[in-house]
Amino acid sequence: MSAAVIAAISTPCAPGGIGVIRISGPGAIQVADRVFHSASGKTLSQHKGYTAAFGSVWDESGPVDDVVATVFRAPKSYTGEDVAEFSCHGGLLVTRKVLRAVLAAGASPAGPGEFTKRAFLNGKLSLTEAEAVTDVIAASSDQALRAARSAMKGALYRKIKGVTDSLLSVSGHIAAYIDYPEEEIDPVESAETAEILDDAERQLRDLLDSFDRGRILREGVETVIVGKPNVGKSTLMNLLSGCPKSIVTDIPGTTRDVVEETVNLDGVLLRLADTAGIRETSDVVEKAGVDLALERLDTAGLVLAVFDESSPLSPEDHGLLDRLEGMPVVAVCNKADLEQKIDIEFIKSKFQYFVEISARENSGLEALRQEIVSLLELDGISAEGAALANARQFDCARRAWTLLKEAIDTLKAGYTLDAVDVALESVISALLELTGEKVTDAVVDQVFSRFCVGK
Amino acid sequence: MGYQMGRCDVAVIGAGHAGVEAAMAAARLGAATILFTLTLDGIANLPCNPSIGGTAKGHLVREIDALGGVMGIAADHTLIQSRMLNMGKGPAVHSLRAQIDRRAYHTYVKKLLEGQENLRIKQDEVTGVLVENGRIRGIRTRLGAEYAADAVIIATGTYLNGMIHVGEVSYPSGPDGVSPATGLTADLQQHGIVLRRFKTGTPSRVHKRSIDFDQLEEQKGDEPIVPFSFETTEPLQNQVSCHIAYTNEETHRIILENLDKSPIYSGRIHAIGPRYCPSIEDKIVRFSDKPRHQLFVEPMGMDTQEMYLQGLSSSLPEDVQIAFLRTIKGFENLEIMRNAYAIEYDCCDPLDLRATLEFKAVSGLYGAGQFNGTSGYEEAAAQGLIAGINAARQTQGKEPITLSRSSSYIGTLIDDLVTKGCSDPYRMMTSRSEFRLLLRQDNADERLTPLGYEIGLISEQRYQRFLKKMEQIREEKQRVSKVNVAPSRELNELLVSRGTAELMTGTKMDDLIRRPQLKYDDLAPFDPERPELSFAVREQVEIQLKYEGYIRKQQQEVDELKRLEGRKLPENLDYGKISGLRLEAREKLNRVKPRDVGQASRISGVNPADISTLLIWLEQQEGEKND
Repeated sequence: MSAAVIAAISTPCAPGGIGVIRISGPGAIQVADRVFHSASGKTLSQHKGYTAAFGSVWDESGPVDDVVATVFRAPKSYTGEDVAEFSCHGGLLVTRKVLRAVLAAGASPAGPGEFTKRAFLNGKLSLTEAEAVTDVIAASSDQALRAARSAMKGALYRKIKGVTDSLLSVSGHIAAYIDYPEEEIDPVESAETAEILDDAERQLRDLLDSFDRGRILREGVETVIVGKPNVGKSTLMNLLSGCPKSIVTDIPGTTRDVVEETVNLDGVLLRLADTAGIRETSDVVEKAGVDLALERLDTAGLVLAVFDESSPLSPEDHGLLDRLEGMPVVAVCNKADLEQKIDIEFIKSKFQYFVEISARENSGLEALRQEIVSLLELDGISAEGAALANARQFDCARRAWTLLKEAIDTLKAGYTLDAVDVALESVISALLELTGEKVTDAVVDQVFSRFCVGK
Repeated sequence: MGYQMGRCDVAVIGAGHAGVEAAMAAARLGAATILFTLTLDGIANLPCNPSIGGTAKGHLVREIDALGGVMGIAADHTLIQSRMLNMGKGPAVHSLRAQIDRRAYHTYVKKLLEGQENLRIKQDEVTGVLVENGRIRGIRTRLGAEYAADAVIIATGTYLNGMIHVGEVSYPSGPDGVSPATGLTADLQQHGIVLRRFKTGTPSRVHKRSIDFDQLEEQKGDEPIVPFSFETTEPLQNQVSCHIAYTNEETHRIILENLDKSPIYSGRIHAIGPRYCPSIEDKIVRFSDKPRHQLFVEPMGMDTQEMYLQGLSSSLPEDVQIAFLRTIKGFENLEIMRNAYAIEYDCCDPLDLRATLEFKAVSGLYGAGQFNGTSGYEEAAAQGLIAGINAARQTQGKEPITLSRSSSYIGTLIDDLVTKGCSDPYRMMTSRSEFRLLLRQDNADERLTPLGYEIGLISEQRYQRFLKKMEQIREEKQRVSKVNVAPSRELNELLVSRGTAELMTGTKMDDLIRRPQLKYDDLAPFDPERPELSFAVREQVEIQLKYEGYIRKQQQEVDELKRLEGRKLPENLDYGKISGLRLEAREKLNRVKPRDVGQASRISGVNPADISTLLIWLEQQEGEKND
């Protein structure tokens, strides 16, 4: 059975040491090669089954993460198809970014139980195991139904519907204009049409851009608190955790020296990791903690860099300042209640986002929140706002956006309406996948409800 | 008491456009065929508009012709004006539409039937079907005659329990004053076939001398005429013009004041009318902001003064019809010859049919045309052709033919009917086909003639001509891909005048043809080696090159669909027993009984998770078979 290349995160959606992105299907290894830059220079396609390669995954803006890629050749894989797997650092943001790069390289998001389904279809699982899968799929479709129902009322649905409706009205107009040439239907003007399509394109692009921000709102942003020892990191952590109703979950600190908590800072979810202090050390145990802190820095969506206002900047502080260049940092100057000895203007010149607090006096939290909101560009969007919730929705929306760009190109290049309309229908079809309707029927309904046509 | 009148392979009930195609196809394929009609004078009648084709309908006629059907040839022989609609909107939606001489069309088709070997034509009303153990055995007529038949095709149009409504008056009748068929309904119901009631309507026919044509806009035919049939080679002539008129506020006022006299608005008719073909009453009520509606005055033929008023279908009383018609500019002294009316009739639910158009419940019994819930001559003819082919093949022990959505409008039409059903009379439209860039009227032969040849409806001679045309297209596409074009002043002047970029360096001829702003013929002066080719070949070269990217994309969608269509589903499958399917999906699947997973995926109410479940179930079955 020929099938599309599918991909998904195969490890649980929780912070862990490692995240695995599995890609399966004929051509899976080629898809993986499109995003994988191997350290050895040898592509994955040149690898035999059951081998691994070290390298990095790239998306359109650059490297995402260092990964170990494992190659399985059909039929010797879980699904029985060609499979490539990327093992990357376990942060949710990183694994998702890797997945998105893979999807952009031509894979489709795997449906619920789809790897297992393929494993069965390719004879890798027994009948009883397959029946269990059937149940899983049935269960997840009910879940999907529930999700769809709630999504029906949601802002995302309204947003998508708004875009869909405007495209449908164009497509319906073209359909009526084409199918009823003898009725007095206003000609379809390409300038006017282009305007509507451009507007829809902008809206979809905004929605795609808000994908990361929307997820931050729902799932939190991975936050690392750094600073030299005794600067007040743990106090800040405790302060944040001490907010009323702030502790949402207690995630076990894994086996390593990272304590994680999810904190709700008045609507902004922070997945907090307090790390060992950053300083040059020869202590083996502590060194491990420092390396870990540095490693987590690279994957963090937000860094809170803590400085002590009551002492001048030390060489460690300067090292940290250099290390943090270009990262999403809010500089937090603690101990604002003590005498100021730090060169505060220097810090301000280094960081766009800056706040003074006194962890001990419990002050400055609101200002900190404001800085975080500005940094994450969460202004103006809320948990109730329209946002794409998962990779499937993101994929549909991205496909719709790409197709819409093509439709606009078709129109502007001077192609005839038949080609424009077919291109437009594929956009609507991708959007209606999110809402579960069908495109041809929708256009036909448009024609009859809006245009006076007859024989 | 009944008496035996012998046997035939295929019996066709009704000699409208569905019945004619069915009977001709069956007989030409070697099946001994009898065609029953209420009146021999009504064969291939055009009881509504005197025209054939139109958007998407023109595509259907070209496809019927490409498969070896009758309608295209008959229309070419009897057309009196022709237009290619939608020029400028793209080749996928160019549509032929021709005004037809109604009596000439009848005469031409009747003669064709009379000359056909294996075909008998019989004037009688069929009042019953003979069924034994779920298999058709023959038919019975009003006179008591019984004919044994291995296959029967019902193509009763709007005649089955036909009831005409004009204002507050209703009476049993078929169209054009022909008696309705009254016996068959009860008999079909006895055999478990569910019938429902649909409605349609037609405008009045008026006397030509009573129209002041100076007040109307003339609409001439297009020159040169593109024929419907790929077989027609001699040039065709436009002989008449149509005219355009408009309703006005006074027209609308009279209609609105008399709405209570319309059987639909007064609630006397409950049958479901076509959305696409509303009466003038409907248009005025639903689109009350429109100050006027357009209508066309179309001649009914060369030997008559009757004119058809397209756009003015109505079921208002005759006196109201006269009153509102005379408010129209140019119609002040209008003389009605046949009044407008609404007609109700019995039809089946096409969800009870297979894509072969055979009833699932009675093997050997087929439905075609308006009886299946469609509307329009072309839709009827398309189904008649497929039903006729399959009925003949069944009696000969051959596999049935079904057309896929990606092959044709005919396939799309039938798939829509048997997969989605219809809640009002179904009309073909280009927007119903997701593959319309592939299913153009200009390439119907490329899509279907090989199949027509394989079935046996396309002659060897015609097939060879077709192959030669395909070869010419292939060669010319290859040739222009190798022709170098250098920039020149003349060429750049042409390019600029068409609003496209000048040439700076040399390029290939095919790249220029691909530009949307240029035509193949425009570039002849820059292509000295260009061979002499027919319009049909030049047109294909241009379209195939220009729309190559879009055509390739649609082809990928077709391939994806074919993958799902390759997964066949057993017809006797009880979907209630498949665990994992949602309740709604089980009900819908049991109702439609799709033939493959592709069709299942188009049923509304069946979602992708259900399709996954079906695929897994299928694999399990195959796995067990192999064990």
